[in-house]
Amino acid sequence: MNKLTSNIFTAIFLIITQVIIFNNINLFGYLNPFVYIVFIIYYPIKNDRIFFIFISFLMGLVIDVFSDTLGLHAAASVTIAYLRPIFLKISFGQAYIYQVIKFKNIDLKDKLIYISLLSIVHHVVLFSLEIFNFSKTLFVLEKSFISSIFTITACILFSYLFKTNER
Amino acid sequence: MRQIIDFFVRNKNFILFLTLFSFSLIMIFSNSSYHNSLALNSTNSFTAKVYNSSNSITSYFNLRNENNELVKENTILKEIIFNSKFNYDSLKYNVFDSKIIKNSYSFNNNYLTIDKGLSDSITEDMGVVSNKGVIGITDRVSNSYSRVISILNTKLNLNAKLKKSNHFGVLNWDGMSFSSIQLKDLPKQSPVSIGDTIITGGNSFIFPEGILIGEVSSYKLDETQNYIEIEVDLFNDMTDIKNVYIIKNNHLEELKELNE
Repeated sequence: MNKLTSNIFTAIFLIITQVIIFNNINLFGYLNPFVYIVFIIYYPIKNDRIFFIFISFLMGLVIDVFSDTLGLHAAASVTIAYLRPIFLKISFGQAYIYQVIKFKNIDLKDKLIYISLLSIVHHVVLFSLEIFNFSKTLFVLEKSFISSIFTITACILFSYLFKTNER
Repeated sequence: MRQIIDFFVRNKNFILFLTLFSFSLIMIFSNSSYHNSLALNSTNSFTAKVYNSSNSITSYFNLRNENNELVKENTILKEIIFNSKFNYDSLKYNVFDSKIIKNSYSFNNNYLTIDKGLSDSITEDMGVVSNKGVIGITDRVSNSYSRVISILNTKLNLNAKLKKSNHFGVLNWDGMSFSSIQLKDLPKQSPVSIGDTIITGGNSFIFPEGILIGEVSSYKLDETQNYIEIEVDLFNDMTDIKNVYIIKNNHLEELKELNE
């Protein structure tokens, strides 16, 4: 399958599952995994950065439209899309600089660091913009940290799902 | 000139990021009519259709509970009708039934989507209740769907009062727990005690007086020492609602004219 079409299908699949399934989990009443960031996490590394940032913004906006949180997910997604090269450098070091990494064959430890960094930043941006109250900083951090654990687990599971699809 | 262009070319990623990020911030913090007209919310025809079709599947899962609730409510209503003289022609309020197709309670500003809209004569600013109490107020209406501001929304203020006296205050959620809501600005001399029932006040054009909200779980004086702040436990389980009723005030136009 063409790379562009397969990316579009992944995006649509992620949006639908996020909106219909993952937005309704509400563990302990307020925790939802934001699995759609899998798209930003596993977007091909050799890319047109302008297009990548823009497509991430659109992805966030679509999620926003569905969950009536206009702008929140868009802001968080565009932030991690812009910062992604920095996180790649931190978690993969030399391999990233020489452009030889492929998401398929990196070990779990590096992958875990990379996914955790992206999802924690995403959640902190999302929840601090949503709650937007300095006196509740602790609550924001707590909420983003606990939701991140949830999101990271879901992302790792999802990555195995896509691996089997590719073979 | 050349240097300026170079600068933009070199930093084009950052500039794009900054533009998109500020664009999202504008969307988050503005309530302008421009964004209202964009239909970027869950009542536009596409998103509502997605929710409607997923809802048509999931609604089968708890049919039995829903039926029991409805039968119970019908018995109560029958009792009320048999015990009162009822005149259908001069009703102050009309009631429409509706189903929730999208519920949310995990954010600070929660909205619900229901499957009735303009074509069912629903308009903005109508009250939405369930059989156990207040749910919210309609906010945006498309042709066959509408969006409801949930009472679990930090932007919504409602007029509410104690059932046993006429002291009233402002009901507003602090965004913390989805099973309790805060009643503020209640005068110090009002006779509050734990377990008292809180109902909607008569000062609202949207809700009739006396719709149940919740019961007092704790109370204290606020910073000014003049008003009481009450923690209200909601009668509604906001995480488990399906059938709701929309209340239309037939005297609304008249009341609004009077206040202009």
